[in-house]
Amino acid sequence: MLLREVEYARPATVEEAVSLLASYEGARPLAGGQTLLNVMKARAAAPEVLVDLADLDELRRIGFSEDGMLELGAMVTYAQLVSSSEVEVARPILAEVAATIADVQVRNRGTVGGNVCVADPTNHLPPLLVALDARFTIRGPESERTVPAEEFFLGVYLTAVGEGELLTKVSVPPASNAGDGFAGVTIGRHGTYIANAAATVSGEGVRIALGCVAGTPVRATAMEERLAGGDFSEEAVRAAAQGLGATLDPPSDVHGSAEYRRHLAEVSAVCAVLQAAARRKGA
Amino acid sequence: MRGAAGGGAEEGGVTVAAPVRSLRISVEINGEPYELEVSTRRLLVHVLRDDLNLTGTHIGCDTGNCGACTIHLNGEPVKSCMLLAVQADGARITTVEGLAPDGELTPLQQAFSEAHALQCGYCTPGMLMSASALLAANPSPSEEEIRIALQGNICRCTGYWNIIEAVQAAARGGKAS
Repeated sequence: MLLREVEYARPATVEEAVSLLASYEGARPLAGGQTLLNVMKARAAAPEVLVDLADLDELRRIGFSEDGMLELGAMVTYAQLVSSSEVEVARPILAEVAATIADVQVRNRGTVGGNVCVADPTNHLPPLLVALDARFTIRGPESERTVPAEEFFLGVYLTAVGEGELLTKVSVPPASNAGDGFAGVTIGRHGTYIANAAATVSGEGVRIALGCVAGTPVRATAMEERLAGGDFSEEAVRAAAQGLGATLDPPSDVHGSAEYRRHLAEVSAVCAVLQAAARRKGA
Repeated sequence: MRGAAGGGAEEGGVTVAAPVRSLRISVEINGEPYELEVSTRRLLVHVLRDDLNLTGTHIGCDTGNCGACTIHLNGEPVKSCMLLAVQADGARITTVEGLAPDGELTPLQQAFSEAHALQCGYCTPGMLMSASALLAANPSPSEEEIRIALQGNICRCTGYWNIIEAVQAAARGGKAS
């Protein structure tokens, strides 16, 4: 498919990238391109200018901040997450989930920043990053700001990154005494999720985020509160999930009815919490 | 264009080169250096096939699902229909033609032939590129690892079993079981 004509720039610094995004109407960052190029082929989006982030080495880094946060540059690929010793030490769930995104070729190109900025409700990373209480750093022409995951995802294909802004990194708190879990049902082995859930169990309590049931990840706060007592027996977790599905209003499509998604959301939340609790014990 | 002068953008004191619709890129393809002037709207697979006549790289679905267009970009398998040609600037590319530059089949290609790992052959270039990248990184993969490595490659003749056997045979040193 021949794409519509498009202008292209490959800036050498983040400042230049932000300047380009802010200066040109219809400019869009190009990360790995594993979603955007398809969207352009389908003419579902037609950016006037692509700002290729490929040369911005600082966005490809995985490291730790001074206060111990795991920092993932927006251009870090899924393949990098899978093989990173920092991720393995700090939050191995990120590598585990990244290893199930699409296929080898896509994992070699697709990026953390692309995954979250596309904000497709079926993407893997948004619910996981909400459960992990991640922070998103957004650079604009004037300043930089950091928003929590729950304020980052605003709707279907919509995030807190405004026009002329660029997501530069995602920071994940260290897993001191925490266990993480992720569960769901996919179309095919490593396909798109029909419903999923991510959970973190730590000394501070439980965080549960559901994917594929709304435009953005949904926190299962009632279930979290019921688990605050610290009983993570299967019986207690199943009881805590009772009625969760009824609070949701998921879409129906060819892969599953709304009713089925409500059921899967409950089951996924139970599995994710049990996995997280077991890992915390094992830690 | 918002508040930008003709030759480039100036925002907050940062001056950057203006975006372009065509770019001169340097790439190494199958060991040969190339300097190519490419339109920014063109996919790498089109430049390989239409400009350089490297038609071994196939276009199957053109949506990033089938993997027939898989090539190696700096040694890693990627789908060349999911990459603008300008994104390959500075890269080392290997296409299926580069696997056996002297015409003699590699052990992997020989194993595909002996294990009947192709029926119509349309997916074969992509399968070979994914499998050769796997074997370069992991010379003795398990069946599970082979399946994961080939997950991004679809064979619509559904001859997966023989393909897996061929990769196993190549890993054993080219002998089909």
